[in-house]
Amino acid sequence: MIQVVCVKQVPDTETRVKVAADGRTLDPSGVTWVLNPYDEFAIEQALRVRDQQGGGEIVAISLGGAGVPTALRNVLALGADRAIHLRTDLPAPDPLAVARALAAEIRALSPDLVWFGRQAVDDDQAQVGPILAELLDLPCATFVAAFALENRKATVERDFEGGREVIELTLPAVIAADKGLNEPRYASLKGIMAAKKKTIEEKPAELGETNLEVLALELPPARAAGRIVGQGAAAVPELVRVLREEAKVV
Amino acid sequence: MSLLVFIEQRDGRVRSVSREALGEAARLAATLGGPVVGVCAAASDPGLAALGAAGADRVLLAVHPAFTLYDGAGYAKVVAAAAKVVQPQVVLFGASAMGRDLAPRVAGRLGLGLATDCTALAAEGGRLVATRPVYAGKAIQKVAFPGSPALASLRPKVFAPIARDGMSAAVEPLALDFDPAASRARVARVTAAGPGKVDVTEAEIVVSGGRGLKGPEHFHLIEELAEVLGASVGASRAVVDAGWRPHAEQVGQTGKTVSPKLYVAVGISGAIPHLAGMTSSRCIVAVNKDPEAPIFKVADYGIVGDLFEVVPALTDAVRKLHAHA
Ligand SMILES: Cc1cc2nc3c(=O)[nH]c(=O)nc-3n(C[C@H](O)[C@H](O)[C@H](O)COP(=O)(O)OP(=O)(O)OC[C@H]3O[C@@H](n4cnc5c(N)ncnc54)[C@H](O)[C@@H]3O)c2cc1C
Ligand SMILES: Nc1ncnc2c1ncn2[C@@H]1O[C@H](COP(=O)(O)O)[C@@H](O)[C@H]1O
Repeated sequence: MIQVVCVKQVPDTETRVKVAADGRTLDPSGVTWVLNPYDEFAIEQALRVRDQQGGGEIVAISLGGAGVPTALRNVLALGADRAIHLRTDLPAPDPLAVARALAAEIRALSPDLVWFGRQAVDDDQAQVGPILAELLDLPCATFVAAFALENRKATVERDFEGGREVIELTLPAVIAADKGLNEPRYASLKGIMAAKKKTIEEKPAELGETNLEVLALELPPARAAGRIVGQGAAAVPELVRVLREEAKVV
Repeated sequence: MSLLVFIEQRDGRVRSVSREALGEAARLAATLGGPVVGVCAAASDPGLAALGAAGADRVLLAVHPAFTLYDGAGYAKVVAAAAKVVQPQVVLFGASAMGRDLAPRVAGRLGLGLATDCTALAAEGGRLVATRPVYAGKAIQKVAFPGSPALASLRPKVFAPIARDGMSAAVEPLALDFDPAASRARVARVTAAGPGKVDVTEAEIVVSGGRGLKGPEHFHLIEELAEVLGASVGASRAVVDAGWRPHAEQVGQTGKTVSPKLYVAVGISGAIPHLAGMTSSRCIVAVNKDPEAPIFKVADYGIVGDLFEVVPALTDAVRKLHAHA
């Protein structure tokens, strides 16, 4: 069984956002880069599937700049067999452009399962996985919080407003992983050592045209300063009054 | 020119996100030009003519028994087919669980740019400009669309629906040139969260509890306040991870993004990942014993105090208010 895991390197979630001089992108100075947290759930599940199947190959793919090999080395340390770095120096290609570049590479691998994170925590688009599924005409499930595989059939679960859907997919399939799917492991020392001998193949990313034009990146307007209406239970009548008369919400 | 809006239905009922999207489409149509056309996939007509009052001029309906439940690939084909017929300038989706799954599939099928989870749309110089939070709400991005139509999904509860009383929409059949039953992914079954429960993303009011509640046995305080307010119960990640509350209630970066008219945060410190999920609420109230808690920086109104005294008093006061109203 061949599994592909698509991973993105993103700024650490603690990063203070500064806008670059172009007014459109993130100022990368002082940013700590990490593996997208949701992609960790994807990697973990691929590793579990490989264990369950008693073997097979896991290929990690990431599109991005010079820092990407560090992220891919992490994925190799967790247990992926090899990695492909689709190299670009564009700061933030749009999800369709990324999906097209990934699709060209993934098609050639004929995988049984293609794994994504629910969303990348930088652009927060939650798009690349389901777009790629359409491009490759593969069945797909997104926001997946439970996964089981039997023969060539995957049974997954995803939440919606007011319930949970149980979805059955025939392999090959695309899955985008949400929190709750599993508890991702940490890399072992042995894994980190083994990763040093694994290959990261670098290729130029074929990005094609731009499909979303970023006009501006701005800091959000600060919420107008609120006020403390009082201390303790004694403040409750005043709170109810302002909610009724000023905010008109109760 | 025209605008196409995906009409989401579950169990034969049109979801509120679709009325919000129709309202925004009607507002955009004033500058971009109409009409506003809906497209719906369903097992039978969920009462689409009534959407005239919500802003739709007409609605295309694709009927198939397999569309009783959501079918991502099938619905995507329906929306793509409707786009071919209507040739819209803009296609809108609600960024609900369904819309967040569907919109990127349509983007992939049509080979067009999509902006997800938008909090504002504008027609600038005849083209659509979408505003959307990025970096967990720590920044705002404005994007334009080189291709046509522009695709956008709208954060639930942010866009106001409209009421054009007495208007009705023409409902027209949309032919299917594929067999939804041949799908390689299908929803086998659905488990409901519980009768009468409104999801936090759809609630007008959300009352959330955090670690300040000290244990799951005290969450009845939150439930009682929620009940008198007609609110849904939310939670911080700390209490979800501790197993006090289900993940479906988690508000924040790794949970749900909510934009109710009133958000009440009780015993929640206001860590940035939590704020990411609730700062687009219209009015925020915080109850916390620590006057330095960061939640007070985003709250419109705050009470500094012990939640075990404040919350029962608040529940009582609201109950009395409603009894007199
Ligand atoms: C990648 C990542 C993603 C995350 N995603 C989320 C997310 O989606 N949602 C989320 O919520 N968090 C998320 N977090 C966790 C977040 O950083 C915080 O740890 C969490 O929000 C804290 O929950 P809390 O406010 O309930 O608990 P605490 O921070 O412990 O706050 C408890 C508060 O209760 C107050 N309190 C205590 N006793 C009383 C009392 N008797 N009366 C009144 N007030 C009292 C305290 O003063 C304190 O402010 C994420 C973290 C990371 C790293
Ligand atoms: N540049 C990239 N390289 C590889 N995978 C990516 C890239 N960008 C996004 N992905 C994958 O697509 C998922 C969703 O990303 P997004 O649509 O950008 O929110 C991520 O969790 C990754 O699994």
